[in-house]
Amino acid sequence: MQACCEKMNSRQPEISKGIDWILLWVYVILVCIGITSIFAATYRNEPIVQGFLSFKTDYGKQLLFFGFSLVIGTVILLTDSKFFTATANLFYVLGMVLLLLVFPFHTEVKGTESIIRFSGFQLQPAELFKIFVNLALAKYLARIETDFSRLKSQLTAAALVVAPAIITIMQSETGLALVYFSFFLVMYREGLPSAVLIIGFSLAVLVIATLLMDPNVLAISLTLIALAIIYILRKQVRRNKELLVLIAGIWLICVGIQRFAVPFFFNKVLKPYQVQRIYATVGRDFPVDPKTMTEEDIKKVEDRKKASSYNVKQSKIAIGSGGFIGKGLLKGTQTRYDFVPEQRTDFIFCTIGEGFGFVGSAILLLLYLLMLFRIVFIAERQRSTFSRCYAYGVAAVIFFHILINIGMTVGLIPVIGIPLPFMSYGGTALITFTVLVFILIRLDADRQMVLR
Amino acid sequence: MSVFNQSRQTVIRLIILSTFVILIARLFVLQILSPEFQLQAMDNAVDRKIIYPDRGIIFDRNGKAILENTLTHDLMILPTQLKGIDTLGLCEILGIDSAEFRQKLVTSIIKNGRYRPSVFEASLPDEKFVKLQENIYRFEPGFYLQDRPIRSYPHKAAAHLLGYIGEVDSNILRRTNYYYQMGDYMGLTGIERYYEPILMGQRGIKYQIKDNRNRIVGSFEEGRYDTAASAGRSLRTYLDIDIQVLAEKLMSNKLGAVVAIEPKTGGIIAMASGPSYDPNLLTGSQRRRNFSWLLTDTARPLFNRAVQGVYPPGSTVKPMGAIIALDEGVITPEYGYACGGSYLGCRRPIKCTHAGGGHASNLRRALANSCNSYFSHIYRLAVDNPAYKNTDEGYAKWKQYTNSFGMGVRLGVDLPGEKPGFIADTSFYNKLYNRSWNSCTNVFLGIGQGEMTASPLQMANLMSIIANKGYYYTPHFVEKIDGKGIGDTVLNPFKVKHEVTHIPDDVYEIVQLGMQDVVESGTARVAKLEGIAVAAKTGTSENYGFINGKREKLADHSWFVCFAPRENPKIAIAVIVENAGFGATWAGPIAALLMEKYLNDTLRTERLKEVERIAAKEIILPVVKQKRMRLDSIRRVKLALEMGDSSVLHNSLPESPDKPQIDVNIRRELPKPIKNNILPKKDSSKPSDKLPDTIKNAGVLRKDELKTT
Repeated sequence: MQACCEKMNSRQPEISKGIDWILLWVYVILVCIGITSIFAATYRNEPIVQGFLSFKTDYGKQLLFFGFSLVIGTVILLTDSKFFTATANLFYVLGMVLLLLVFPFHTEVKGTESIIRFSGFQLQPAELFKIFVNLALAKYLARIETDFSRLKSQLTAAALVVAPAIITIMQSETGLALVYFSFFLVMYREGLPSAVLIIGFSLAVLVIATLLMDPNVLAISLTLIALAIIYILRKQVRRNKELLVLIAGIWLICVGIQRFAVPFFFNKVLKPYQVQRIYATVGRDFPVDPKTMTEEDIKKVEDRKKASSYNVKQSKIAIGSGGFIGKGLLKGTQTRYDFVPEQRTDFIFCTIGEGFGFVGSAILLLLYLLMLFRIVFIAERQRSTFSRCYAYGVAAVIFFHILINIGMTVGLIPVIGIPLPFMSYGGTALITFTVLVFILIRLDADRQMVLR
Repeated sequence: MSVFNQSRQTVIRLIILSTFVILIARLFVLQILSPEFQLQAMDNAVDRKIIYPDRGIIFDRNGKAILENTLTHDLMILPTQLKGIDTLGLCEILGIDSAEFRQKLVTSIIKNGRYRPSVFEASLPDEKFVKLQENIYRFEPGFYLQDRPIRSYPHKAAAHLLGYIGEVDSNILRRTNYYYQMGDYMGLTGIERYYEPILMGQRGIKYQIKDNRNRIVGSFEEGRYDTAASAGRSLRTYLDIDIQVLAEKLMSNKLGAVVAIEPKTGGIIAMASGPSYDPNLLTGSQRRRNFSWLLTDTARPLFNRAVQGVYPPGSTVKPMGAIIALDEGVITPEYGYACGGSYLGCRRPIKCTHAGGGHASNLRRALANSCNSYFSHIYRLAVDNPAYKNTDEGYAKWKQYTNSFGMGVRLGVDLPGEKPGFIADTSFYNKLYNRSWNSCTNVFLGIGQGEMTASPLQMANLMSIIANKGYYYTPHFVEKIDGKGIGDTVLNPFKVKHEVTHIPDDVYEIVQLGMQDVVESGTARVAKLEGIAVAAKTGTSENYGFINGKREKLADHSWFVCFAPRENPKIAIAVIVENAGFGATWAGPIAALLMEKYLNDTLRTERLKEVERIAAKEIILPVVKQKRMRLDSIRRVKLALEMGDSSVLHNSLPESPDKPQIDVNIRRELPKPIKNNILPKKDSSKPSDKLPDTIKNAGVLRKDELKTT
């Protein structure tokens, strides 16, 4: 007992040692901006101080979550770095169990099936699981016996990431599932061939083109592109017949995706409303097919179509009406009077856009950019692979969240409900990001150590 | 591994950076380059509410309000707040069943949505309002009472000249270049229309913030952009409401008009048109129904005969004929004509009511006896004046005279829809007679028949000119406008003095004395007043109308024009009673009573009996009544078919307290609405569309036919 206390005492001065203060302060500033925005969106003329301290208002609750996050953060800073490497796999397994427990025990809240609720407390394992995946992936990549240049290792790493993504999709949380794919950025950093990223990107372009263009026109254009490549490379082709086969193969795959894979994926895998959202983003009407859809589905699609186009429209009006310097705190008519739905959670960025205009929005984005670059900088100064991979994981997750969330509010990306890191209202999300950041700060404090 | 360390971390940084550049560029486009979003946000959240000011009040010459604003009460409904409200109790008070309640509820939701209040029942009758006021706490907050100002005519008089307001239609919107908005009210007729910009005041605008469900949540920017409404300005008129009420009473049961003017100013003291109606019928909730009822009446109560009715003036123009001849110098006051009972100067003799006895031995005597021969003759003398080249020129000059007397031209009274009457010009005769006509062709003009019509207003104005000895001010109602503002120039035309002739006053004196003789010893002895010198002239004008498609001579119109006191004229009057025969029979006594009341401020008690006698006398052509009866019975059949109840056919319609009392004085059975309105609303706006052709053509052609010889 005595030893234990001595140990604690001797550690006390070490808490602040090696901490990256820049990252910590950017984190605090972002959370404070977030609470202010939630205040601006939900304030209804009640006494302000009481509103904050009663914890009954949304901004009061968020303040409470922040306090709670800081407690958790402090606990993490007090934890030994080795604890995270030691328990990474265990947490992954535990998290997976929790994730699977959702299926029998979930409560349906606003179309999502990913939440367990017990005695007034909500838990969304898919949100928390990002931490565990990040730790487990870092642990796997940092193993001495892992040779990431081998396909087997690459597939194992991918499986670690894709498995929870698939489970999350089954829980109707496409947005959260997409975030798991951000870990491919970590793998890229650790040696995943560039081709994978390029092919992934090309695939995305092809899918979007499929949505935008008439199928026949696209097929003809693809054929023309293939013929043009063959013509340009005709000398090489004459020498090497395999190249011709390769080009023909790629052409076949492209047309196959465009003709069969995308329609199959849209009709059988995705829910009609998700398809509709994707169509809405590229500015197309969803082609309602009465053969494959039930009446209920069609009605759902129509409702969603109205709702999501309304959301994006109102969100764009809110941000656009902010102008250069914005209308000021609590002066935004769009965000104050409920025109933008979900504005305290997924559409919280509108509050900044309307209240503080281009200047405010740009400053917020630059803060995020500062944070991301700082994390990448921190990642690169780590001695241990584990810490570096973990840091890149944090950067990738935060980056994806920002990209999808803000992209959605400004109408560049389909309406996919995921929170804006540190800003959106919600306990689970704030705590998740806090834990992600504080583990990073903890690991960074021990950057001279080699962790496995 | 470290081989691609450097490059890959750079690539990742670039990916992040380029994403942020795209996002910021997008923000730049949305926030800096797209100003339309600001408008859309305003549209979303800011409600532009127009504040309607009180309309101006109209006062008579003694400062009595004759058109003012009163409050009516609407029952409002807020559909979202209906939970737990005793709607059954409300239905009981309103006297409706739950099916009707539901229908009204649905209508208001469709109209304004669930979150905004709508009118559930407009203009509650007094007893319902009192009951509701006591009980409204039981129905709040789903229902509440709201005041709404409406126009009210406290004396129930002067309907024609005051006019009424109504909702603007799309035509008016277009004409006014969308100054008004759908649902606005504006003056549609009468003074309400003529002085609309002054009476309506300045509308105010209030900007309010609304939320995503269109609920008002507060004022926008603490009202910084609001503009206050300023009330309409009140009008002070020359009208004497007591005279007006008396005039309308005297004209009841008759078709015709009365105009009384103050000669010195041109101010109109009274203007009545028979039949009239209670102007309050055209305010409030029953407006549409009452309007359609009045509109289809064959006696045409909405028609202001005083300025829109034109009649052959008959003998009442004789003083004018005398003045023209005097001014042209073709006669002197001593000029006489030996009339032997008819005028023989032209091919067909013109009969005169007198024969011999020197009844036209000079101008004064000819006027007193209304000698047709004398005035036919001096008309010819004026037109054939040797000073002019030929008859054409002579007639043109004569027409110019009549026009300067206000005949055949619009006087410019401050009422819309004034008719100019008719004086034919030379081209009219040239065309009609193929250029071969002379002073004999239209000799009837000398006695006010033929190609000549005038409105009662013009005749009253003619009396003003004679009373004033040669000048007049354009007849008008409004003396001044309270307060100052941009609309004041509207009164400028009424301040211009119109000089008509250059005849010396002593010549006018002769004409006036002649007219005084008419009262003292001539045809207008009914108009004699104790201690007041009255100058007058009677008239009996022949007229024709179409009855069942045939042109027929109708009973003569009864004219009477006068002014008094002769030396210091205070009032000039013109009265016409359609188809009432000799001028002194009905028109004369009416004018006499009005003069007496105005000049003495009161009527002697024995004269009150005379008022009742005249008011009770019904002078309406049988054909008008026949047509009206036919129209009413067709309506009744329609009603019976609608109700599926034949009992209405037997004329015994049940009385009801809210039955509109049409004050036409011509008693008619008004079919009682059984539920809602008798006629669907669409019908009532354009009743003629749905009626059979026989009814459409039922109105007697009242336009008095021109007499040609």
